[in-house]
Amino acid sequence: MATRRLWDVLLYGFLTAMAVVFVAPLALMVVTAFKSTREIFMNPFGLPASWSLEPFARVWSRANFSVYFRNSVWVTGASLVLVLTCASMASYAIARLPFRGRQWVYLFFLAGIMVPIRLGILPLFLLMKQLHLLNTHWALIFTYAASGMPMSVFLLTGFLRSLPGELREAARIDGCTEFQAFWKVMLPLVRPALATVAIVNFVPWWNDMFFPLLFIQSDRLKTIPLGMTIFFGQYQTDWGLLFAGMVLASLPLVALYLAMSRQFIAGLTAGAVKG
Amino acid sequence: MLDRWLGRRIHLAFLLPGMVLYGLFMVYPLASSLGYSLFEWDGLIREGFAGLRNFRTVLFEPPYSVRFVGALKHNVLFFAMTFAIQSTLGLFFALMFRQKRRGFGFFQAAYFLPYTLSLVVVGFLWLLLLNPLWGGFNQLLRLVGLGKWAQPWLGQTRTALVSIILINAWRWLGFPILVFLAGLQAIPAELEEAARVDGANAWQTLRHVTLPLLAPVMGMVTILTFIYDFNAFELVFVMQGSNGGPAYSTDLLGTFFYRTAFGDSTTGGEPGQIGIASAIAVLMLVMVAAVSWAGIRLLQGRQVEY
Repeated sequence: MATRRLWDVLLYGFLTAMAVVFVAPLALMVVTAFKSTREIFMNPFGLPASWSLEPFARVWSRANFSVYFRNSVWVTGASLVLVLTCASMASYAIARLPFRGRQWVYLFFLAGIMVPIRLGILPLFLLMKQLHLLNTHWALIFTYAASGMPMSVFLLTGFLRSLPGELREAARIDGCTEFQAFWKVMLPLVRPALATVAIVNFVPWWNDMFFPLLFIQSDRLKTIPLGMTIFFGQYQTDWGLLFAGMVLASLPLVALYLAMSRQFIAGLTAGAVKG
Repeated sequence: MLDRWLGRRIHLAFLLPGMVLYGLFMVYPLASSLGYSLFEWDGLIREGFAGLRNFRTVLFEPPYSVRFVGALKHNVLFFAMTFAIQSTLGLFFALMFRQKRRGFGFFQAAYFLPYTLSLVVVGFLWLLLLNPLWGGFNQLLRLVGLGKWAQPWLGQTRTALVSIILINAWRWLGFPILVFLAGLQAIPAELEEAARVDGANAWQTLRHVTLPLLAPVMGMVTILTFIYDFNAFELVFVMQGSNGGPAYSTDLLGTFFYRTAFGDSTTGGEPGQIGIASAIAVLMLVMVAAVSWAGIRLLQGRQVEY
């Protein structure tokens, strides 16, 4: 009994210490965002003198953050719509339509599941150049959507296969076209799977800096992660502003995670556990 | 209408958009990397066939070979340390959190939080925290009387790479914990109960029942970690620049590739060695493919049913 108590004390002590390690830098980031640069240097760990939102307003307007934010929303949103449309249609065919070679089509999509698209960046870069898509959001949207296909097809095919096939047949007998059977009968049933697929894809795209770094030159087209690098170069000495920028950049995903951690976790673990 | 017109070939209409998107923007670029690496390039213009000359340059001719081997070693250390941390600490946390005791939900959420941050934010945040003069980390050391340990963590070759690996682990660890936990929760309770009924103690149950059943999930996470770590780029780029400073001590295959392919504006290096850069990409692709293929074969060999 006594050893149990001791173990509990040690365990909770260790878990708490680790929680500090994981959260303290983030808490410090938020608190520091409210301080003036002078305050940061004089009083690094104390609470700020005022909780004014002024630094955030400055980042939002002066450092072009509103533009970066809008670009990020548009790029990830459009990529999601594109990948969900293409992947759910392809998965429907693979899971539900009888045709020869569908196993090969499935393997074709799955082949990319472990291959990082970054390693094809040079041909991709020249392809985008030939298509005149460099320095447009479409270069990012097509790249993200294409790279999301393998995992999305894998997950959606699994879900569609788990639905009873009679549903489609009944819909067809009732006079639905194949497309209506897909759109009106099957797709609504895999809505949770679509949410999972959306989250699997959304997180890395929202946070990506690599492709914007190579594809985007105009400041007005930059997404948040790339915008951050510009912003850091410009305001190197204004630490208050830098911290405010980091908080603003992180807020959307942290909020999303805290608000829907269940779906978030399901989405992020789906690939690894099922694969 | 489309239905009637296509008839029995309706599946083509469903497959086409996805095939075109994925084929054009993913399969084609990855496949043609190989082709690129076999040619001589002048800027963006392809010249004569080079055979394996680009590979020979990367592997055997300084300065490329020196940088390649250096970066490869750093990537291996990157993976090895990350793997060690997630297979010990990460597994321990997952085993604890499975017990669903008071406060564990909070700890789990707390440990995962850094994973939601962009690597760019993580890099900049730690760059400021580790600033030798004003950064919170050294200030904290001084505050608790360990001031003699305060040092420019990112500015000296001895500590820079390990610092970056630990920062990456700080952000990453929540993910393996989450996946291990999902894997543990998928193990039916009866199996472990049966072992306990048969007289196994907690350690024996863990060692002979739980861990073997979790092995496929751990294997999968290891493969994902490997792929991820072999493509690491952002942290070093943001914190140390594309040269992987100081003195190339944090140079990774990702930054080496980037410099070779797109040049380095900060030091005025020669931009656009497309042939050589493609050879580096192909070598990385081969390593990633070989390791994940071997890993998956290994996993299939020990697939468990329950």
